[in-house]
Amino acid sequence: MQTQTVKIVVTGPFNSGKTEFIRSVSEIDVVSTEKKITAEAEKIKESTTVAMDFGRITVDDDLVLFLFGTPGQKRFDFMWEILSEGMLGFIVMVDSTRPETFKEARSILETFRAYAPTPYLVAANKQDSIDAWDVEDMRVALRLDPSIKILPCVAKKKSAVKTVLLELLYGILEEMDAAQSRSDEGA
Amino acid sequence: MTLKGNLKEFSFIQLLNLINLAKKSGALYIERPDVTCRMIFREGKLAFAELGNEQLPLITILYEAGLISTAQKELLSIRTAAMNEKAAGIFLISANYVDQTQVSTLLMTRFSEVVRKIFAWEDGFFRFEAGELIPDGRIPVHMDLENLIVEGARRLQEIEELKSEIPSLNMALKFTDRPDAEMRNFNLSVEEWRVINYIDPKNTIQQIAAAVKMDEIQIRRVVYTLLQAGLIEIVRPGGMPLRLPEKMFPTQNPDEQKSLVNRLIHRIRSI
Ligand SMILES: Nc1nc2c(ncn2[C@@H]2O[C@H](COP(=O)(O)OP(=O)(O)OP(=O)(O)O)[C@@H](O)[C@H]2O)c(=O)[nH]1
Ligand SMILES: [Mg+2]
Repeated sequence: MQTQTVKIVVTGPFNSGKTEFIRSVSEIDVVSTEKKITAEAEKIKESTTVAMDFGRITVDDDLVLFLFGTPGQKRFDFMWEILSEGMLGFIVMVDSTRPETFKEARSILETFRAYAPTPYLVAANKQDSIDAWDVEDMRVALRLDPSIKILPCVAKKKSAVKTVLLELLYGILEEMDAAQSRSDEGA
Repeated sequence: MTLKGNLKEFSFIQLLNLINLAKKSGALYIERPDVTCRMIFREGKLAFAELGNEQLPLITILYEAGLISTAQKELLSIRTAAMNEKAAGIFLISANYVDQTQVSTLLMTRFSEVVRKIFAWEDGFFRFEAGELIPDGRIPVHMDLENLIVEGARRLQEIEELKSEIPSLNMALKFTDRPDAEMRNFNLSVEEWRVINYIDPKNTIQQIAAAVKMDEIQIRRVVYTLLQAGLIEIVRPGGMPLRLPEKMFPTQNPDEQKSLVNRLIHRIRSI
């Protein structure tokens, strides 16, 4: 039997920690199309993702999970729709220390939500920093309804990344159950 | 817990929204090189606001509102000279110059003016000091923020900004489940009410726009105002999440799909 693949997309604003997140759990070195940053305005970091990050978790002989990280900079948003095709779910990474990016995070979330009705959650990243906003404040600022999960995250910590991925998968199971009971009712 | 930043990136209206919805108590400071604004909130309601140190005596406020005459003002100014605002208020109320509602209303009007001035600030550092109470001797009010938020949201006119707030018109809208959001208390415009009539997870924003004959910018403007007021939220059309998309899984068999997710869970737990 051919190996089956599924994918989860990790998106979010520039510098929110998407590459770091994938790097923490991927079993291969993240294939990252990073590029040195030259524009002065964006010089808060050395390199940025220009096309995508690509990580892999082998489940067994028949199943592989791919993690795709989107580029954070707006001028690459033409990549988003391509990357979102066929995804199992998506994670919106938000830098909890930079409220100036919340608006964009919300916009990215709305954009992805419109691509496909797949489950998603929000990861409030960099919670290890003293400047991090409270998760519940972020929920309000990002206008997330109480049914949407927002989880504290530290992308550098494998355990935190695992929790985020697991919560997304639990969410997928819940939606499958809900869909099933709806179709049972209909039948 | 940190709540600080610059208005350039996190606007004043977003802040008010946050304070309102999260029912915060404490002081919001907004600093510019020339002046500092301080607002005190209690459980998400405005209790006090001042810009710089411009404290107007209560007597002057009453006089400007036409509640006392020039002669009374002079006399009362002397009588209350040594009193703080609260003591002066109690004195004026017990001497029947004004009643409590009038005092509250006048202060609320003044505080609203401060809020309106800040709406025009495009930058300024802000920080929120949780738990801070109103200064000693000042009279607190208990003012809902919703109408100020609606007023502020209407000022947002930039098309680019509206597009980034509401990128897709193929999404639908539903009312938020806030038990305290009493629609009647909102000063909504006719356009806003017209859109309200069509809020239903079954209608996309596009369809509502067609029904109320608005163009893409007009409908975004109204939706943005209602969103900011915390009255509605964006949802996927059809109410409940629809069927999961087929391409999500390499197999269409529900049992296999479930087993696949369970295998993923098992694997990730073991990392
Ligand atoms: N303190 C802290 N720093 C983090 C965390 N996650 C990421 N960072 C740092 O944040 C910066 C950005 O991380 P990246 O993983 O490159 O972010 P990105 O989202 O891939 O960025 P772009 O591809 O440029 O959009 C790096 O300096 C990381 O070391 C975290 O959880 N805590
Ligand atoms: Mg990256």
